[in-house]
Amino acid sequence: MMHMMLPMLAQTSWDEYKAIFLMQGFAGLSLFSVFLLMSLGLAIIFGQMRVINMAHGEFLTLGAYVTAIMSTFVMESFPDFMPYYFPLAVVGAFVAAFIVGYLVEFSLIRHLYNRPLDTLLATWGVSMVMQECFRQLFGARETSATLPDWLMGSWAPTEQIDIPLNGLLMLGMSIGMLLLVYLLLYRSRWGLRVRATTMNRAMAGAVGINTKRTDRVTFALGCGIAGIAGAGFTTIGSVSPTAGSAYIVDTFIVVVFGGAGSLIGTLISAFAIGQAQSILEFFLTGVLAKVFVLLAVIVILMMRPQGLFAQKVRR
Amino acid sequence: MRFTSALKDCVARWATNHYGKAVLAATLAIAPMSATAQMMPTAEVNTTGLAITDTEVTVGQLHSTTGTMAISETGSVWAEQLAIEQINAAGGVLGRQIKIIQEDGASDWPTFAEKAKKLLINDKVATVFGCWTSASRKAVLPIFEKENGMLYYPTFYEGLEASKNVIYTGQEATQQIIYGLDWAHKEKGSKTFFLIGSDYIWPRTSNKIARIHIERFLQGCKVVGEEYYPLGHTNFGSLINKVKLAKPDCIYSIVVGGSNVSWYKQLKAAGITGESLARKNQILLTISTTEDEILGIGGENVKGFYACMKYFQSLDNENNKKFVEAFKARWGKDAVIGDVTQAAYLGPWLWKLTVEKAGSFDVDKIAAASTGVEFKEAPEGYVRIHENHHLWSKARIGEMQADGQFKLIAESADLIEPNPFPKGYQ
Repeated sequence: MMHMMLPMLAQTSWDEYKAIFLMQGFAGLSLFSVFLLMSLGLAIIFGQMRVINMAHGEFLTLGAYVTAIMSTFVMESFPDFMPYYFPLAVVGAFVAAFIVGYLVEFSLIRHLYNRPLDTLLATWGVSMVMQECFRQLFGARETSATLPDWLMGSWAPTEQIDIPLNGLLMLGMSIGMLLLVYLLLYRSRWGLRVRATTMNRAMAGAVGINTKRTDRVTFALGCGIAGIAGAGFTTIGSVSPTAGSAYIVDTFIVVVFGGAGSLIGTLISAFAIGQAQSILEFFLTGVLAKVFVLLAVIVILMMRPQGLFAQKVRR
Repeated sequence: MRFTSALKDCVARWATNHYGKAVLAATLAIAPMSATAQMMPTAEVNTTGLAITDTEVTVGQLHSTTGTMAISETGSVWAEQLAIEQINAAGGVLGRQIKIIQEDGASDWPTFAEKAKKLLINDKVATVFGCWTSASRKAVLPIFEKENGMLYYPTFYEGLEASKNVIYTGQEATQQIIYGLDWAHKEKGSKTFFLIGSDYIWPRTSNKIARIHIERFLQGCKVVGEEYYPLGHTNFGSLINKVKLAKPDCIYSIVVGGSNVSWYKQLKAAGITGESLARKNQILLTISTTEDEILGIGGENVKGFYACMKYFQSLDNENNKKFVEAFKARWGKDAVIGDVTQAAYLGPWLWKLTVEKAGSFDVDKIAAASTGVEFKEAPEGYVRIHENHHLWSKARIGEMQADGQFKLIAESADLIEPNPFPKGYQ
């Protein structure tokens, strides 16, 4: 490693060194925001409802396709509207994923509560079905959303520093979503109902909470958030029927590592994994960085099986 | 992807399909095809029990139509099918119509091996057109050698291989990598190189060859970085920072498949464009990004970068004009043709020419007859099969344009002899 880094450092000025340090910090932040955005939906579904949703990645893909379709539609029919369509696409992605999630809960998941392993198999099936639907509808080829020009550039506060705008957007989106989810879960009556239902279903029902409806909306909301993440992803990557499955492992790692059911745990776990991977990527190679991060996560989970932040529940 | 026009294409494709069949039927009725087939009884031209009758010969097609490689391989599937339809319309091979059995390798190497077995053992296909990544080829190679099948493999690749059972219709390393690096050094004055690749055989071996060439054969040049990322990787922030720190004269990229979209979009977002590189006398040279990938990336994001291949859709010659026209008529006006798509198109034609030269479908006879088979109507100009089963072909440098096409800016004077085992590179 050092033999590779040394010639680089020799010809690097102090200013450049600072610039790289800053940009590298930002690379870590943008990886963090990707992880956070992906995991929020799952943190609700897996963390609160204990449903192992293997189709989470496909809801992400769904959001990404909605964005791609809207970008094409806007470009062909209303080219003048192009710079402004993105927020609309985010809403569209949420609505589409919310509706599909609602239907999936209604037709499948509600029969499987308290059977986590069965939800794993069932949602895995759902993920295959959704992938095949994408393939039939949109073709197997990867496509990508055309982004408004203002999203493609970089913000350059000094000569040497380039902060990618799409990274900033992802960061803003994930922080915004985190706040929204926090308010919903911990500062609203609906959140109270969700927490009551997941902690003690029978008791919640006894005090007059419509637990079935709560479950349905909670699940759909988790899926909707995945859809928003998908819309965000179109700014950094392409969309294909199997795109979501590439993220599902990372997503579960973030949620499990942070401690299922803990929002602050998801936040810190996403930050830790994002920064660790980004720093390691800089000093090692991409593949090695991933291996080391996974090893570290495994070791820590061996010592703390409940994750970094365990939910305090009386069982 | 434009959805309204995609729909129109779909309808057009359906119409061509059926119209095509009508033409075919008409040709069949007029042409004295059965006579040709009768002059070549199956017992004589097929002594090894392949799936061949007096009127029909079955071939296999093995590509990824799903997964991360689908963006690249779909073009190959289309090109091979176009060639086969054209051959059928012109009377088939030894008077027999070609029937295709298509299998999906799903971007997964064990699946490729599984499907290759199925095609050779169960279906007894006469030949297979297929594979894309080196990993998929390496996975099926032992099966083709054991079952004595024939594979027409269309991708540019790292070399270091030659098999009696494979015809390599793309370039091997010395026909692409070395020409490209020499061009960057001589014409663009590149002295420092940063090698980047997806993490599997082709990019790793290619970069090994590139590194040896840079360090041993180019005066005063060196490699200042070498990096690999998994297939399908979407986060290149740290890598881009490393490239900025190393300031290489040449960013040498072998990122493959869908990852290309993230890679180039993030380069642009980080302020690295063809224009910004040119200002600092730097270049980005790739041997893995074709018109197919640019379709997904968007031409405006790659304008001014360079690629070294043997074929670009924009090549200006009669063969190519006819090919591009036929391809678009068959697969829609928005379809693009990358280097490998053209190389895939060569496969069925070379096979037909070889079978007719050998007067037999038997794999051993075809393998022996391949040497010296020439295809004058190749879109890339003219090709000939070398005794090592690779093609004599030219190398070319293209500059990426905003419309997603390449501008040809350099071309080797002669056909380059394929040399899959170059001395001094192992």
